[in-house]
Amino acid sequence: MYDLIRKTSTVLPEDVTLAIKKAIAREEKSSVAEQTLDIILKSIVLSSKNGLPICQDTGTVLVMIEGRPDKSIFHLEKSIKDAIRKLTKEGILRQNCVCPLTEKNTLDNTGKYVPQIHFEPVNGPTRISIMLKGGGSENMSTQYSLPNSKIQAGRDMEGVRRCILDAVFQAQGKGCAPGILGVCIGGDRASGYLIAKKQLFRKLDDKNPSPVLAALEKTVLKQANELNVGPMGLGGKTTLLGVKIGHAGRHPACYFVTVSYSCWATRRYVVELNQKGEIKKWI
Amino acid sequence: MDIKHITSPLQQEVIKKLAVGDMVSISGRIVTGRDQIHKYLASGGNPPIDLSGLVIYHCGPVVIKEKGQWKITAAGPTTSVREEPYQAEIISKLRPGAIMGKGGMGEKTRKAMSECGCVYLHATGGAAQYLAECIVKVEGVYLEQFGQPESMWLLTIKDLPALVTMDSHGNSLHDTVLNDSSKRLEGLFSQPFSVRK
Ligand code: SF4
Repeated sequence: MYDLIRKTSTVLPEDVTLAIKKAIAREEKSSVAEQTLDIILKSIVLSSKNGLPICQDTGTVLVMIEGRPDKSIFHLEKSIKDAIRKLTKEGILRQNCVCPLTEKNTLDNTGKYVPQIHFEPVNGPTRISIMLKGGGSENMSTQYSLPNSKIQAGRDMEGVRRCILDAVFQAQGKGCAPGILGVCIGGDRASGYLIAKKQLFRKLDDKNPSPVLAALEKTVLKQANELNVGPMGLGGKTTLLGVKIGHAGRHPACYFVTVSYSCWATRRYVVELNQKGEIKKWI
Repeated sequence: MDIKHITSPLQQEVIKKLAVGDMVSISGRIVTGRDQIHKYLASGGNPPIDLSGLVIYHCGPVVIKEKGQWKITAAGPTTSVREEPYQAEIISKLRPGAIMGKGGMGEKTRKAMSECGCVYLHATGGAAQYLAECIVKVEGVYLEQFGQPESMWLLTIKDLPALVTMDSHGNSLHDTVLNDSSKRLEGLFSQPFSVRK
C-alpha cells in the first residue's frame, strides 16, 4: 500500500499528463494560458523526478476495495492506515485531517471516518482504487435537483447539460482548472456524489458504453472549453481536460445531477492484487 | 511577454505601477498565511513580525525537518476567496504590499487594495514543486499553534512567477473572465442538446 499511495502523491497518471501536453499545444503562443500550463507541466516533471508531492494539498485519501469478503480485507485496512501514517511523517502526505469538534489537526491523516474506505463484494481478484482528492477542487463539487428554474434545467439530457456547464462556470478557476469532471445522473443525495467520484477513475481516453452519455460527454467537454475560463480561470481555451458521466436509478420524485470537480492534479490509480496481497498489475 | 522583476517588501511606487495582466517574478522575503492566521489577525491578534510591504502568500506548505533544518517540500497557493471576510481588515491595518494566492478575491478586498495600495498576485495552483524550488530559505516559523500548514512561515524566495490579476487601481482580471464567460454560457444555453439517433 505504501508504494501505491506514494506513487499516487508524486507521479501524475500518464493520461492526465498527456492531456495537459495536448492543451499546451492548443493555446496561443506566449499567452497567460500557455505559460500557466507550462508551469504546471514543469512542476509535474519535477515532482516525479524528485519523488515529491505533485501538489502541496495532498488531498483526502479515498480508497475503494473490490474483492471477496474475507479476512484479508482487515489486513488491507490496517496496511492502508499504516502507509498513510508513514507517508505523512515523510512529508509525502500533508497533515490534512482536522477534527471539527476540537478544531485540532490529528497530525497523521487518520481520524473519524478518515481515510474513507469503501468495500464492494465482488467474486474475483482484489482491486484497489485509490484517489487523493484536493480540498480546493472538492469545494467546487456540487449537486443539482431538477427541475431547476434558475438555469431552466428540466428532467432530461438537456437539463443535465445545463447543470454541468453551470457547475463549470460557477467554479471558474477556483478548483485549479483545467479540471476533470465526474458526473452522476440520478441516484440519491449520497450515492450521487460517490458515483460521480467513481467516474474520475476512468481513463481520459476511454469511451462511455452508453451512446447517449458518450455524446453528452463530448458535447459538454467542447462547450465547457468555449467558456474561456481557461487554466486557473485566467482565460484561455482549456477549461476542462475531460468529462466522465455515469448514471444510477432514481426515485420517481427525485432527479439529481451531481458534479464532482477534480483539479488538473487528478491523482488516482487502480491496481489488482495477487493472493499474497502484493500489486500484480497496474490498471 | 515582458516579465517585471519585483522585490518583497514592495515599495508603494512599485505597487502603483503594477497593472492587471503584468507577469511578475518575485524575490525577497514573504510570509505564508491561510485560514487560521487570517482569522487570528483580523480579530485583533498581534502579527509576530512587521508585515508592511510584504507579500502575504495564501499557502499551506508541506514541511519536513531535516538535520534540524526546515525544508519545504511543496508550496503551491490555496484558494484565496476563503480569506475574503478577513482580508480587507488585514490590508488596512497591517499594510502588506501584495496578497498572493489563487482564484482572486472579492469586492471588499478590491476596495481595500485601491485604498491602501496593494495588489493581488496569482500563482499557479497546484504547481507545488515548481514553486517550492523558488523558495531558497525558511527564515522562521511563527504561530505554530495552528499546525504546520496553518502556521506563518517567513521565507526568502527567488524568481517566483505570478500574474497581477487585481491591481491598486480597482481592476480585476477575475471579473473580466467572469463576465465574459457568463455571456458565453448564455450563448451555449441557447443550443439545446439532442442525440441524433
Ligand atoms: S485543487 Fe488540486 S491542484 Fe489545486 S491546490 Fe487543490 S489539490 Fe492542488
